[in-house]
Amino acid sequence: MSTLPVRCTDTHEWARIEGTVAVIGITDYAQHALGDITYVELPTVGHKIKKGQQCGAIESVKAATDLFAALSGEVIEVNTALEQAPEKVNQSPYQEGWMYKVAGFDPREVESLMDDQAYKAFLAANT
Amino acid sequence: MTEEDLPTETLKKTALYPCHVAANAKMSPFAGFLMPLQYQGIIAEHMATRTKAGVFDICHMGEFLVHGPSALTDLEYLLSAPVHTLGVGQCRYNLLCNDQGGVIDDLICYRLSEERFFLVVNAATTEVDFAWLQAHRSKNTSMENLSEQTAKIDLQGPASPKLLQKLVEVSLASLRYFRFTHARYRGREVLVSRTGYTGEIGFEIYCDNALAVEFWNDCLQMGAEPAGLGARDTLRLEMALPLYGHELSALRNAGESGISRSIAADKTFIGCAAVRDPSRQQSRLVCLSLQGRKAARAGDALVGADGQVTGSVTSGSYAPSLGHAIAMGYVRITDSKPGVRLTIKGDRGELSAVVQEAPFYREATARRKMEEFL
Repeated sequence: MSTLPVRCTDTHEWARIEGTVAVIGITDYAQHALGDITYVELPTVGHKIKKGQQCGAIESVKAATDLFAALSGEVIEVNTALEQAPEKVNQSPYQEGWMYKVAGFDPREVESLMDDQAYKAFLAANT
Repeated sequence: MTEEDLPTETLKKTALYPCHVAANAKMSPFAGFLMPLQYQGIIAEHMATRTKAGVFDICHMGEFLVHGPSALTDLEYLLSAPVHTLGVGQCRYNLLCNDQGGVIDDLICYRLSEERFFLVVNAATTEVDFAWLQAHRSKNTSMENLSEQTAKIDLQGPASPKLLQKLVEVSLASLRYFRFTHARYRGREVLVSRTGYTGEIGFEIYCDNALAVEFWNDCLQMGAEPAGLGARDTLRLEMALPLYGHELSALRNAGESGISRSIAADKTFIGCAAVRDPSRQQSRLVCLSLQGRKAARAGDALVGADGQVTGSVTSGSYAPSLGHAIAMGYVRITDSKPGVRLTIKGDRGELSAVVQEAPFYREATARRKMEEFL
C-alpha cells in the first residue's frame, strides 16, 4: 500500500490516498491563517459527501469557516480526537490533525486536485 | 469598506511596531492602528499571561492631562464615578456619558495632584473624547492631548511583579490595587499603575515613546511573553470586563450595563438623570455560559424560553482558561437572572446558553497581596 503525497483543493483542504481510502484535512496554510483552532465539526460517519459541498466547520479564536469536501465518497472514519484537542490541526495538520477518511472516491477527482507544485503556485498567486 | 480594506500605509503605527515585525507577529488593523493580533498564538499568550507574564503593546490608547483650579469640579460633572474622593496616587474606572445616558467612552482617571488629572481613554474614541471634554471645561481648566507622545505597555500575570521590580527603582511591595506611582526606569521617569484588563495581578506602564522599545525588550529579556490584542480580548472576556463598542456604546443607556459601582448614586453628572431612570432601561448586560467549544459571536440574537428575541450577543469567544465558549450580551430584564436558559441564534446555527454571575474565570490574581508575588 503506497502513500501518495497530498493533493489540495482551492479551499485549502488536502487529500492523501492510502490504498482505497482518502485521508482528508486542511493545509498548513489554512491552519496558520485561522490561528488557534478551538472547534471542529466533522461530517458524520456513513454519510455520502459530494466534492465541493460544505461538510463541516472549523472555528478558531477569531474566525469561523466551512469545511468543504475534497472528494466525493462515503465518510468511513472521523478523527474523534479533535473534539477535545482541536489544536492538533494547528500542531500537525497533515498527520495527527487529519479530519476524516473517505472510501469509494473517484480517482479522476483526485487527479483534478492540485499537486504540491500547483498548490504552492496557487498560494503565491492568491494570498 | 471595512478597516481591513484600508491600505496598511494609512494605518498608524505605535513606537513598538518594529518589535512586532521582528517577532513576526500577525498584524491587524484596530482603531486606525496596525496592531499585533498575536505572536505565538492567542491561546499560548492567554495562558502565559494567566500563569507567568504577558506584555502588551497598548500605545494606541489615548492619554489626556486635565489641570487647573476647576479641573476637579469639571471632571466631577463629566465622569460617572466620584472624583472628589479620589486621592492623589489613586485611579478609578469611569464612564463618560452623553446627555441621553449613553456612553461616549469608558476610561480611567488618575489623580496626579490636587489639581492635575491624567485620563486614559480608548484609541477609537480619543479624538471624540478630547473634543467633548474641551467643549465642557471651565475657562481656567487646561487640557493637553498627550496621546501621540505617550507609550503605554501592559505587563500582566503572576510573574510580573518580580519582573517589573527588576526594572524600576521604586518598591512595588506597597502598591495597592488601583493605585499608581512614579518610578525611575533606566534613569528616566515612568508612571506605573496597578491596573489592567486581564484580571491578573499586573501593571500598566506609561512612558515617553522614546523609552518604549527599550522597556519592551527589557520585559522580554526578563521572561515576559509578548501578547497581542487577540489574547487581550479573551483575557478580558473571561473576567466579564466590558469592551467599548461592544458592551458599552453611545446608543445604550449606561445603567443597563450594570456597572453600578462606577456610577455615583448621588452626584450630578452629564447623563445622570437618564442613567438613573429605570423607565429608560429595558435590558441588562449578562454573562452567558455555553456548554461546548462552538462560540457565539457579537450580533447573534438571544432568544428566550418564550421563543421571542430577548436581546443580542455583544461579545463571544472560546475561553482558553475554561475550555468552553462564553459570551456577554444584553437581554430583557426578566431574562437577566442567573440560571435563565437562552438560545443563541447566529448565521452558523443555534447554541444553548445559561445566564451566570460575573466573572467567568474565578482564579484571577489582580486583587491579591502584592507581597505574595515579590
